[in-house]
Amino acid sequence: MKFLAARRRSPLFAPSLLAIALVAVGGAYAAISSAQTAQAADAGQVAIDEGNKLYLTGCSSCHGMQAEGSANGPTLIGVGAASVHFQVATGRMPLAAPGAQAVAKEPQYSADETAQLAAYVASLAPGPAIPTAEQLDYEDADIAEGGVLFRVNCAQCHQAAGQGGALTYGKYAPSLMEATPQQMYEAMVSGPQSMPVFSNGTLPVEEKKAIIAYVSELQVAPNPGGLSLGRVGPVTEGLFLWTAVFAALIGAAVWIGIKAR
Amino acid sequence: MSQASPIEKAGGGVATYVDQRVGSNKFLARSLGKVFPDHWSFMLGEIALYSFIVVLITGTFLTFFYKPSMIEVVYDGSYVPLKGILMSEAYASSLDISFDIRGGLLIRQMHHWAALIFIAAMAVHMFRVFFTGAFRKPREFNWLIGVVLVTLGLVAGFSGYSLPDDLLSGTGLQITRGIAQAIPVIGTWATFLLFDGQFPGSDFISRLYSVHILLIPGLILALVTVHLMLVWTQKHTQFPGPGRTNENVVGYPLMPVYMAKAGGFFFIVFGIIALIGGLVTINPIWIFGPFMPDQVSAGSQPDWYMGFLDGALRIMPNWETNLFDWWTISWNVLIPAVIVPGILFTGLALYPFIEAWVTGDKKEHHLLDRPRNNPTRTGFGVMAITFYGLLWIGGGNDVIATSFDLTINSITWFLRIAIFVIPPLMFVLTRRICLGLQRRDRDKLLHGYESGRILRLPHGEFIEVHEPISIKEKAVIMSKTDIAPLPAPERRDAAGVRNKRFHLQNVQHKLSGFFYAENIAKPSAAEIEAAEHHVAHEAALEAPLHDYEDADQINPFHGGVLHHPGMPETNAEQLAERSQH
Repeated sequence: MKFLAARRRSPLFAPSLLAIALVAVGGAYAAISSAQTAQAADAGQVAIDEGNKLYLTGCSSCHGMQAEGSANGPTLIGVGAASVHFQVATGRMPLAAPGAQAVAKEPQYSADETAQLAAYVASLAPGPAIPTAEQLDYEDADIAEGGVLFRVNCAQCHQAAGQGGALTYGKYAPSLMEATPQQMYEAMVSGPQSMPVFSNGTLPVEEKKAIIAYVSELQVAPNPGGLSLGRVGPVTEGLFLWTAVFAALIGAAVWIGIKAR
Repeated sequence: MSQASPIEKAGGGVATYVDQRVGSNKFLARSLGKVFPDHWSFMLGEIALYSFIVVLITGTFLTFFYKPSMIEVVYDGSYVPLKGILMSEAYASSLDISFDIRGGLLIRQMHHWAALIFIAAMAVHMFRVFFTGAFRKPREFNWLIGVVLVTLGLVAGFSGYSLPDDLLSGTGLQITRGIAQAIPVIGTWATFLLFDGQFPGSDFISRLYSVHILLIPGLILALVTVHLMLVWTQKHTQFPGPGRTNENVVGYPLMPVYMAKAGGFFFIVFGIIALIGGLVTINPIWIFGPFMPDQVSAGSQPDWYMGFLDGALRIMPNWETNLFDWWTISWNVLIPAVIVPGILFTGLALYPFIEAWVTGDKKEHHLLDRPRNNPTRTGFGVMAITFYGLLWIGGGNDVIATSFDLTINSITWFLRIAIFVIPPLMFVLTRRICLGLQRRDRDKLLHGYESGRILRLPHGEFIEVHEPISIKEKAVIMSKTDIAPLPAPERRDAAGVRNKRFHLQNVQHKLSGFFYAENIAKPSAAEIEAAEHHVAHEAALEAPLHDYEDADQINPFHGGVLHHPGMPETNAEQLAERSQH
């Protein structure tokens, strides 16, 4: 300590102490932080690698070994994580059978596996990402405004009550009654199958939230008029009329006719 | 009953009081005893009448709260998903009826269901009148009134469908505008006149309202009155049966039997309408949202009675002609929405006159035809219903496509072909079935009916016992009038004068042959007598030997004998065979 005590009053003491401290703190920080990023990078890489493995076994036969696409399936380069999550989480992919369009069914991959597949495809090229919790928070969204937007942008295919509708050659807009907010959001940003892409330029995030709020409201809305008849409009009303109602009316007429004999 | 009870005294007093002032007793005495024939199918028209009464009552309630105005307002009612949205006052008031007026939704739904039932009941009633030939002389005018009533019913229904000004009704109006525009020459101007300028304009709802609550119901009410008065004065037709002729009416008096039956049936119809009005949603306008010309919903459909028009539009190929580069004829709209319904309704209206001319039938008919006894007419009816039904399927092609995993294009192409193939096929099929039933009737008269009892005769032969048909059935079958087709006209009469009407008469001759030539003649009295004789004779001959058990249970009428080769066919033969041994 004599060495330090002897130089304690030196004018260079404070700056050199500071320099040593800075080097020490900086060095330690650099060491620790690089270790953290290395860990994070490792985890991301693991997900991508795992996704790649799943991809190679489950998807590559149609979409190609490098997701470049083939005669049986489109390229997935640039479709983004949102598209993968939508297609896989709704069970549309992997495809059950070739047809007019992919049919929603029980998902074939777990949530983790789906995330890994999405990570892999997202790693190929930038594309629409899986929406954040903040983007899906529609608590404060304006339902009525969402209704207007829904009728302007969605109802011509998905029907005013969100029951879905027919498109050409066996394609169809599916019913929205089972769709989760995340799936709705992902469908809007990725435009699956016949659906157009509603980018944030066309429909800002706030408007997407409003639409999600309106559809979620439709999903739980009660039927003040009684039996809903599927909310598909006059076709089922007519069917009900000509079967149940006329059976009752003509049954009553026959009953009265028989009594008089 | 020598002593009148106090109630009778009071009733008599009132009746006398009223009679002295309006002279009602004579009228009532005559009317209340009026006899009506009885059949359940005669009540189909009553369903229409009663549902119309329900429409009038519920409609009056709705007018108290509905505002026929296209002024834009901001919705501030209790339906949250539309709060703060700009909409017409008509739509806002319809929402208020549905959500904010006590009982409003029930009445609205009852009104709509009753309207659908009204038109459907008219259609079913019309089927009954058509297939039984009740439209024949002297009832052609009443048929015409009926056709006008159906048409007015369609207008009434469609104008009501359009009043709430929701997205669905506005879409219907868009299509109506398109149809009006497709009418050559006047289309565009007629549309401007109708909508007071460009669609949708600001006047249409209020104009439609006057039509819907005043003009059309007034006309319907007036025509229904005439319709019923004609039934009253011409008397109701009746189905054939024992003692029923073209000159009498067999049935029950109006008072008390039909008063009770009709009154009871009114409440049944009212009850059914109230029940479904309360339990089953119809036209949930709040889901469709307000009408904006830039919006449309998938699966937009009209109510059932307009479905055939929508279907015709949907399956029509996209043809149009552009004349001289300045005048477009939209065949794709004109044919399905104007020409096809035009032909359908004109044919419907003129059918009684066409049939009377073709068949040369100038007699009065008060006894109904059984559908089988006029196979060509029945065939035409089934053909028209099939045609209508196929168009109807076309109207729901999108819902059918999604419900049954079909493609909308293949449904459309199926219908494009089916519309020309299936109705004629149904015509031929129906006609053959009717002729087959006629043969069956003749057979029944001559040989009795197959009782289903199989007997084994003592000599081992199996027979099915035929029983004579009941007197009632016999009367029904014998009610058929055999009509001979018109004879072929002569080019020149006996004096050698040229027949100027030859070609027309020849067409009439051929068509009447088409109607009647294949009919199976009912057996003549002589044939029936001979048949009875024959049956009796055969029965005697084939009577089982009485020294066997159960022989007394065997009915003498039988036929359709099942023979085993080599077996004796009758007891006579059997006896002969026996005596040889």
